[in-house]
Amino acid sequence: MTAISLDTVGKIYQSGDIATVALQDVTLQIPMGELSMLVGPSGCGKTTLISIATGILSPTSGTVITLGQHLARMTDTQRVLFRRQHIGFIFQQFNLLSTLTAAENAAMPLVAAGIPLSKAVVTAKDLLATLGMADHCHKLPKQLSGGQQQRVAIARSLVHDPALIVCDEPTASLDGKTGRDVMGILRSVANHPKRAVLVVTHDNRVYPFADRIYDMADGHMMGVYTHETYLHKESL
Amino acid sequence: MPPLHLVRPPCNPYSATMWSIALKMLLGDKPKYFGLVFGVTFASLLMGQQVSVFISLMTRTAGLIFDLTEADIWVMDRRVRYIDEPEPIRDIDLSVIRSVEGVQWAVPFYKGVATVRQPNGLSQVVVLVGIDEVSLVGLANDTLLGNARVITQPQTAMMDKNGYKFMWPGEAFSLGRELELNDHRLIIKAICNAAPTLTTYPTLYVSYATITQLFPQARNRLPFVVVKVAPGQRVADVTRRIEQDTGLQALPRIEFAWRSINYFATRTGIPINFGITVFLGVIIGAAITAQTFYLFVVENTKQFAAMKAFGVTNGQLFRLVMLQAAFVGVIGYSIGMGLTALFIRSVGNVPAFRGLTLHWQVVAGAAVVITLIIAVSVLVSLIKVFRADPAMVFKG
Repeated sequence: MTAISLDTVGKIYQSGDIATVALQDVTLQIPMGELSMLVGPSGCGKTTLISIATGILSPTSGTVITLGQHLARMTDTQRVLFRRQHIGFIFQQFNLLSTLTAAENAAMPLVAAGIPLSKAVVTAKDLLATLGMADHCHKLPKQLSGGQQQRVAIARSLVHDPALIVCDEPTASLDGKTGRDVMGILRSVANHPKRAVLVVTHDNRVYPFADRIYDMADGHMMGVYTHETYLHKESL
Repeated sequence: MPPLHLVRPPCNPYSATMWSIALKMLLGDKPKYFGLVFGVTFASLLMGQQVSVFISLMTRTAGLIFDLTEADIWVMDRRVRYIDEPEPIRDIDLSVIRSVEGVQWAVPFYKGVATVRQPNGLSQVVVLVGIDEVSLVGLANDTLLGNARVITQPQTAMMDKNGYKFMWPGEAFSLGRELELNDHRLIIKAICNAAPTLTTYPTLYVSYATITQLFPQARNRLPFVVVKVAPGQRVADVTRRIEQDTGLQALPRIEFAWRSINYFATRTGIPINFGITVFLGVIIGAAITAQTFYLFVVENTKQFAAMKAFGVTNGQLFRLVMLQAAFVGVIGYSIGMGLTALFIRSVGNVPAFRGLTLHWQVVAGAAVVITLIIAVSVLVSLIKVFRADPAMVFKG
């Protein structure tokens, strides 16, 4: 099954009389069982694309099928519940709740789904331990390093066993080594036939972790590459 | 890396488990939490205290009427608008009233203002209350020193406690002090607790016979007759009969009290000036509460947007924020009302605050206003959260 399928998707932001074209006729297929990267300069439409692919934004034109579901046919609430069940998010700024412990933050998607906090935290602690964070479960975000916070965010994105994990610049706030560690975790997460990981990034140091690299510019999809073919293209 | 042990959750959009998260979000940020509680506390205190003082002030205008609980009906000249503006009626009217069907008893009641002179030459305005010397109806019944019945003796008076403190501040209560009124001597032989009056002037209780001696013209210048309705009779019926038979104005006690309060409320600057103070207090309290709540919600917009991104519904966010608001509201309001009660209790013995009471209507009214303020400010800020683009969480 394809994780994300976009067919001639367009997005125009209208602000008064001013229309800004963010995406134009974007067509792509992101397969399951792979780690895909979306790259391109700032303002090329990467964030808009992942927002549309996850049902956070609606496209102006085109068809979006995520995990086999036509998102346009869902109500807003159905899209929220779809995200809750099937999609995990990792953000550049982590977006952890500052007053919750690492385990409680990681447990949030389960709590949102109706699982009692105490039970959800047990599951989250197991997952954090798997990510090397067993000793940090009770700490608040401000007591954790950037890399540790990102691991908590990864745990939060995985705790409800989603089929699609979307990461927005997951290594942008991290040093090189920590960034590689985080990508290593995401790489292992993607090694599952019923799961896909999509990473939006500027960080060319992490390109080797990608199975495919989708190159965007000015709202257009410029091409799909492997790590090697992308480096070759860049060197030309 | 070892295989991940994961569970797939049920999908329940109406779950209440977010409540624990709501309280952790609220209580985890101590400065904001205490700021919110302080805002609500301050608003509640301001409303409760200011409104209570205002009500107390207005109630004082009819303190004597409220105090005279034995009587059901007050009879007076038709031109009388409130208790401090008596017009004389004839002494014979007292007998006519006593003969009206349904009247159990009727006695004279004098209320006026006079100037007394102390032995040291200083003068003082006092409220003079003339009581029927046989029934003693209208006499304050909480005597602190001496015996109230001494006022049946000539040239004898009973003074209220606060009036005594007003005239002789810092001095211990003692009986036998002499005052001069219209070239007559008055000896204070009892001290009592009495309902406070608006002016805080001392109240002197004397017999109606003493009044006629102090003011010879008071004969045939009787200001009020107070009436007790016979058992089995309706106050409204007796009131109507008195008016028919005497041509005077007869009012049930509470109605007369409200008429006096309304007179002060509509014809003096007290309620307007004090009302403005109360209004400003409420507005300031409301503004503090509303702004604090608005900022609390809006400052968390990005966190809420992140929650929306990973599947928290607007309904869950609504319940989460409303629970936080209710939690802070109940605690802040309780502390505010507690402080109001503490204030009222602590100033209970200060003459200027005598009679200050925290009425249940004030407690309930402040609760309604605080609830409205919090609800409106939270709803306004939530609209901003609901409209927040979840995609904002992708922006660094």
